Amino acid sequence: MKYLCLVYAEEASLHGLPDSPEDDECQAYADSLAESGAMLGGEPLEPVSSAVTVRVRDGRTSVTDGPFAETKEQLTGFYMIDARDLNEAIRIAEKIPPARVGSIEVRPVRELQLTP
Amino acid sequence: MSISTDIEDLYRAESRRVLATLIRLLGDFDLAEEALQDAFAAAVSQWPRDGVPDSPRAWLVSAGRFKAIDRLRRRARFDASLEELALRFEQATEMPDLDLSVEDDRLRLIFTCCHPALSEPARVALTLREVCDLTTEEIASAFLTPTPTVAQRIVRAKAKIRDAGIPYRVPERSELGERLDSVLQVIYLVFNEGYFPSSGDTPTRADLSGEALRLGRLLLSLLPEPEVAGLLALMLLTEARRAARTDTAGDPVLLDDQDRSLWDRALIAEGESLVEQALRSRRFGPYSLQAAIAAVHAEASCPEDTDWEQIVGLYDVLLRAAPSPVIALNRAVAVAMRDGPDAGLPLIDGLLAAGELKHYYLAHAARADLCRRLGRNKDARDAYRAALALCQQGVQRAFLEKRIAEVE
Repeated sequence: MKYLCLVYAEEASLHGLPDSPEDDECQAYADSLAESGAMLGGEPLEPVSSAVTVRVRDGRTSVTDGPFAETKEQLTGFYMIDARDLNEAIRIAEKIPPARVGSIEVRPVRELQLTP
Repeated sequence: MSISTDIEDLYRAESRRVLATLIRLLGDFDLAEEALQDAFAAAVSQWPRDGVPDSPRAWLVSAGRFKAIDRLRRRARFDASLEELALRFEQATEMPDLDLSVEDDRLRLIFTCCHPALSEPARVALTLREVCDLTTEEIASAFLTPTPTVAQRIVRAKAKIRDAGIPYRVPERSELGERLDSVLQVIYLVFNEGYFPSSGDTPTRADLSGEALRLGRLLLSLLPEPEVAGLLALMLLTEARRAARTDTAGDPVLLDDQDRSLWDRALIAEGESLVEQALRSRRFGPYSLQAAIAAVHAEASCPEDTDWEQIVGLYDVLLRAAPSPVIALNRAVAVAMRDGPDAGLPLIDGLLAAGELKHYYLAHAARADLCRRLGRNKDARDAYRAALALCQQGVQRAFLEKRIAEVE
């Protein structure tokens, strides 16, 4: 099954805590997942201050500054993984380095129900 | 003895085992439940004619599997994707060695129903429904919850098991500890709801405690881990006091005032032997320690003989293993028993001042009790009143009201 592991953390402190992960460590973990075949894709993200939110209403596009909701933790990166089941996905997620300072939301990927 | 009585007995004895195996083979709770009913219906119609098969369990699993394939075929007329699934089950010729795998199937089922990805109420409802075969109505009435709420919890839990890929297998060694905690928590919650109902006027619901004991015994037979033995021991040692903990009017009787000749010696002996087994392993945890405390109480033939020194020592270890304000409160009460109420009172006042127990009626009741023993009747009355304002349970409320009248 495919799972998306969403990495949430407080941007302000993500890189400044004693347990904060270094980029090299994150790269090494992504490499090891790729080697095992579990990694389908993943990237770290720039801070939410760099984000725009796009909506289309009544055919008109509106673009606003920043993310939709103010939350304590922000989305700071993602891993798309292939795992046998939820237990394996949890074992992969718990080793994602920022899990030590933030949290990882593990979401199963939904298959689109296409009309034949 | 007719064949239909035999089949009824077999349903009681084997239906959960057959269901667990069908869930593994079919990978779907609802399909497996339908297949189980179909298989027993087929037994009722065929066995009186053809005789009971040599291995009824294997017959039922096999019949259930074929009935499930039939059902998928019929539905495949409307949903072509099911044909592929039916074909896959049909071609899975591998008929597992039932006697070897069937107990594992029940263990798998327990771990799936108690997966930490499910909410606690969902874990409890699903375990009682699938592992213990309680009906949705029975679960609802035991937990004083509306039946549709319980039904919806079970439906949502099954959907999450399917959609999130919650596996149907026993966790690996490395993840066993955390997963087992989640299973033990469900069993203990069921036991406590039967022993200390959180609301309502019935002081105990023995049927729920009985289910929890059956679950505990089943789990220990499938997975002989120290903490499983510890939890079963704790439940047995608690259950042993059931007949003594209420008087003929149904009012609660405190541990000190209980008629110890009413304690069930057989349950105590079984509990004590399990505690020793757990402690000897040196891999024990909070349940084994709580069971050890209950065993020290059980050893005393009268309250004055209680070895409070040992109980305080066990609470010290427990507080390090599983720090919690409730355990700290119990320790404070044990210190008061060992060294006198004036030694326990400052500990309880400290815990109440820290805030976490402010809304816990037993903390106020314990404070009231120590004040009463010190002859500080006004403080006792105020604390009993604070406890009463927080207590929802009918019988406990009556007890507190009686105490208030005594110190008035």
